[in-house]
Amino acid sequence: MDYATSFALIAPELLLTASGLILLLVAAFGGDKMARPIAVLAAATLFGAGFMLVPGLHSGVMGLDTYAFGTLMRADAFALFAKAMIYLAAIGCLMIAPAYFATASNGNESGMRAEYPILVLFAVLGMSIMVSASDFMTLYLGLELNSLAAYVLASVLRNDGRSSEAGLKYFVLGALASGILLYGMSLLYGFSGSTEFGAVRAGLSGELATGALFGLVFVLAGLAFKIAAVPFHMWTPDVYEGAPTPVTAFFATAPKVAAVALTARVTLEVFGEQSDAWRQIVMFVALASIIVGALGAIGQNNLKRLLAYSSINNVGFILLGLAVANTAGASAMMVYLFIYVAMSLGSFVALLMLRGEDGTLFETFDDIKGLATTQPVIAWCLAALMFSLAGIPPLLGFYGKFVIFQATVEAGLVAFGAIAIAASVIGAFYYIKFVKVMFFDDEVGLVKGKSDLSHWVVLIITTLIISPLGYLLTPSITDLANKAAEALFLVG
Amino acid sequence: MSDLGGIGIEHFLVVGAILFVLGVLGIFLNRKNVIVILMSVELILLAVNINLVAFSAFMNDLTGQVFAMLVLTVAAAEAAIGLAILVIYFRNRGTIAVDDVNRMKG
Repeated sequence: MDYATSFALIAPELLLTASGLILLLVAAFGGDKMARPIAVLAAATLFGAGFMLVPGLHSGVMGLDTYAFGTLMRADAFALFAKAMIYLAAIGCLMIAPAYFATASNGNESGMRAEYPILVLFAVLGMSIMVSASDFMTLYLGLELNSLAAYVLASVLRNDGRSSEAGLKYFVLGALASGILLYGMSLLYGFSGSTEFGAVRAGLSGELATGALFGLVFVLAGLAFKIAAVPFHMWTPDVYEGAPTPVTAFFATAPKVAAVALTARVTLEVFGEQSDAWRQIVMFVALASIIVGALGAIGQNNLKRLLAYSSINNVGFILLGLAVANTAGASAMMVYLFIYVAMSLGSFVALLMLRGEDGTLFETFDDIKGLATTQPVIAWCLAALMFSLAGIPPLLGFYGKFVIFQATVEAGLVAFGAIAIAASVIGAFYYIKFVKVMFFDDEVGLVKGKSDLSHWVVLIITTLIISPLGYLLTPSITDLANKAAEALFLVG
Repeated sequence: MSDLGGIGIEHFLVVGAILFVLGVLGIFLNRKNVIVILMSVELILLAVNINLVAFSAFMNDLTGQVFAMLVLTVAAAEAAIGLAILVIYFRNRGTIAVDDVNRMKG
């Protein structure tokens, strides 16, 4: 494999790197007044990088031709599908940021800082490397690039105590997770003699040695931290609440896609022959996430904390698809991930639009009482998004849960599916509480502020995707997800 | 691997494991100072490096040493970002005691 082919395969990452570095120089010389042009250029870069994925996505590339730089990276259909979702989510998060930072009320700092879009760009680059990793070294590099940018993003409001506390918590627990993951990787290297996914898989075949089993558990624990799955979820509500809302929207979408894709790649490919060893763990983590996510959200008054628990709950459903450990499960997982990204982005944008006349952001249930009379459009969109998150037909959220349960039941895991359905009924309580509070409580009339056009655009697009119209998308999404799942299982 | 006077790979792995556990305990048991947490994180990464280098030496395979160098550079970047976040945290709150990092709960 020559370098030209390798570079062609990682063209999106090269574009992101070059653009990130150039924009960094622009920011260094132009200062914060260049923030908006930089955000536009960053979004354009992401769009361009996404455009490069189209031919590969269309033909569903997989196999040996997709390896770049020996066996270090791989740009197969699975990686491309994950990248497409990451880029789209990141574009959405870049669109909603300038209007949020422009209002003076957040942390007595006005205007978006020029490094914000650049940090998003570098985080996306890290995720992009992560999902196309095919060697533990590449995996670690991508993961850290993503995490380091994310720690800074969480504390981007430098004068806001909550934002810096969120950054600190995220950093400490994220660094611990990286350490655990790395320790697992070192054990796997020692017991298989390689860091390359295929060679590790070959080295681990047969009975799993105790050391290798420890390695597997440590790697899974580290990854569970990154996707915020129970029992490693405790940082999520704090970080989601403290970080500025556009950053929270970003955390809940793009890095989640990348970490889930990475987890799928590691479990199904590296530990593909040891599926008995990890399936129980993933199954437990999935059910625990679904239940803790559903129960934890019930008492919350802060809407961002509530959505954090909702994301833990959704990760549980995604992992349920992973625990099935076949192509149907992996495909269902990718479809659910796509729908989850749309729902999650939509609900956080809706939170961004809950403003008072002076621009204050509201984020508790008490503030949105009777929202339907003051801001009917936002209220209806939010209600649709919540019903979709609860999985109520005919909204698209139902389809996501449907494919996951179908894969689970077909694999004979009926009991687990039943528990998950029971927990999602409990979860429906707090989603429907939104509707009760917005439509039936007495109006408090706090949310009167006008929202920026960019917020309206993202809210309407995501609401259209999760509306019944979204079913028009399902054939093509399912097709892409099937190709992605097929690429994932090609080695097996 | 030249003769180490009876020291085998298991000895290296035990040292690595002890350092790793010390690092993890340092994060969870420490109630005083966030700086100690940063030191514990470094301890974990160094434990990993001992593992990697020991495996690499005993298997006559260079990959582990390359990985260890990568981990060292990333650890430096991580420490830099951690300290930067700690500085803005201190500016806002005037303390870096672990027990005070509790404005958000629930």
